[in-house]
Amino acid sequence: MSSNGVVERISPTRWEHFPHDADVGVRGRGATLAEAFEQAAVALTAIVTDAKIAEKNSAEVSCEAPDVELLLVDWLNAIIYEMAVRNMIFGRFKVTLSDTSLQGAMWGETVDQAKHSPACEPKGATYTALRVAQEADGTWSAACVVDV
Amino acid sequence: MDPARFTQVDQTTWRIEPTGAMRVPGVIYADEDLIRDMDDKVYEQTANVATLPGIVKAVYVMPDAHWGYGFPIGGVAAFDADEGGVISAGGVGFDVSCGVRTMLTALKVSDITPVQKQLADSLYQQVPAGLGSKGAITLDSFEMDAMLQGGARWAIQRGWGKARDLERIEEGGQMVGAQPSCVSDRAKERQRREMGTLGSGNHYLEVQAVSEIFDEDAAATFGLKQDEVVVTIHCGSRGLGHQIGTEFLRDMLPAAAAAGIALPDRELACAPIKSEVGQRYLGAMRAATNCALANREIIGHYARRVFAHFFPNTDLDLLFDVSHNTCKVESHRADGGSRQLFVHRKGATRAFGPNHPDLPEALRKIGQPVLIGGSMGTGSYVLAGAPSSDEKSFASACHGAGRAMSRHAALRKWSGRQIVDDLAASGIMIRSPSMRGIAEEAPGAYKDVGAVVLAAEQSGLARRVARLRPLICIKG
Repeated sequence: MSSNGVVERISPTRWEHFPHDADVGVRGRGATLAEAFEQAAVALTAIVTDAKIAEKNSAEVSCEAPDVELLLVDWLNAIIYEMAVRNMIFGRFKVTLSDTSLQGAMWGETVDQAKHSPACEPKGATYTALRVAQEADGTWSAACVVDV
Repeated sequence: MDPARFTQVDQTTWRIEPTGAMRVPGVIYADEDLIRDMDDKVYEQTANVATLPGIVKAVYVMPDAHWGYGFPIGGVAAFDADEGGVISAGGVGFDVSCGVRTMLTALKVSDITPVQKQLADSLYQQVPAGLGSKGAITLDSFEMDAMLQGGARWAIQRGWGKARDLERIEEGGQMVGAQPSCVSDRAKERQRREMGTLGSGNHYLEVQAVSEIFDEDAAATFGLKQDEVVVTIHCGSRGLGHQIGTEFLRDMLPAAAAAGIALPDRELACAPIKSEVGQRYLGAMRAATNCALANREIIGHYARRVFAHFFPNTDLDLLFDVSHNTCKVESHRADGGSRQLFVHRKGATRAFGPNHPDLPEALRKIGQPVLIGGSMGTGSYVLAGAPSSDEKSFASACHGAGRAMSRHAALRKWSGRQIVDDLAASGIMIRSPSMRGIAEEAPGAYKDVGAVVLAAEQSGLARRVARLRPLICIKG
């Protein structure tokens, strides 16, 4: 709601973290399933850092899974893998979905401890609190706990 | 959890009676306050593990237990391969063979105090910590396989460690049955530049002072003296273990379905030990165990190098190296006889009692050192496996303080800067790449480690030997 009290037309695209005893949950939301997956990835990066990430390099991944929930886990794990082997952190993601396969692109830069002060390193996305679903308002939600 | 949900056996033993698909009971060792503070998910996950095929005796849960993945963190479960028993990637954990080692310096706190700041800076420079840190070692494919086969023994052969350390490491520093060919190229690629790195999250290297002795005889045998200084390292198998955990969790879903195992929770994905996936996981998980043993040996070597610079006449002796995310084949008494079992310990430490044949001669009369990592403010403990541990928990004890609060909640409550300043005022120097990481790992986010180890002692799992107070903490 803006200061003059008018409800603005806002994008449903957003992400959040939710608590787990030792680790942290990521949840992406979007008007489409692909947007929800992109936002879950933004939430994954936000586990690591609050810093702004420059778009200096990109990476592409493809995943295939028996259902959309496992596809979310595979997608997040594919990002974790790219982060680890490229020593990079990504700030923007683009997902294209067809049934249960996914093409993903990501843009980011090399991790710089001074700039990013990384709080922790994701070990893997898990099946705990794993839920991909269309909500009553028509928007999509994609969530799971990430082991850090 | 509501204590009324359990059958209380004694002050620190709480039973979940088998109902529904549970094949065995659940047994949680904790005092009433710890039980009340545990998440209800611990109850649910304990009951779920009890439904898996081939499970023997009971699911045991340690006093530091919390909500995990399929298995509770702090869960111990043993399976008999001949009775359709399973192996579960979630029952071992993503960080395969994550563990703790403690090294003795024979220095006094008064030796450290004058150089405490320089020592903290040197350790922080020498030991890569946190995301984005770089190790000095790169492995080609030949060396990768040699490391995965050789564990700490490989590290020592390459000059990163001392041969005398081996008898003070579980499995003699080298897990047999490792199959590098069962480890995917992606897992190996993730590890290529990660040897000798600490990682992040709750991993650390600490310089600690022995601040209290509970058992003089055991402390003397372990080489722990009041006000002397030790170095403790907590880390695991890094990217390689994480990738193996991720991949096998996925492979075990269809494997469980093919074996007709009804999973109450997908995270409990498992495969019969006597199956292709089960055997492949065993080969890969044992290779990852060697990776963790090698990694801790290398970091121990780095610590030795830094200490030798400041104290040329000092050498660091390894007290012991334990792993607390494991599945090991062990012989235990169950149902009247001795049986070979696949014992999963997810966030639980092996705790062999006195006179166990697998312990090194010098420690055998006391029992296995059980190294318990606390939070960076409150200290850590050294315990010794109790004579009753085999009967009580397949010879297992707790592994840490256990979190009492999520990272999310900790971040809202504390500032990293404030924690660093407060700890500095009480003589504890923290070095970390991230103030936010420190806030997430705030001492107040953990359970009272003193209550956890007391419950372990009262339950007959392990007895307290000494308490360690941090002086320097390098946090990933």
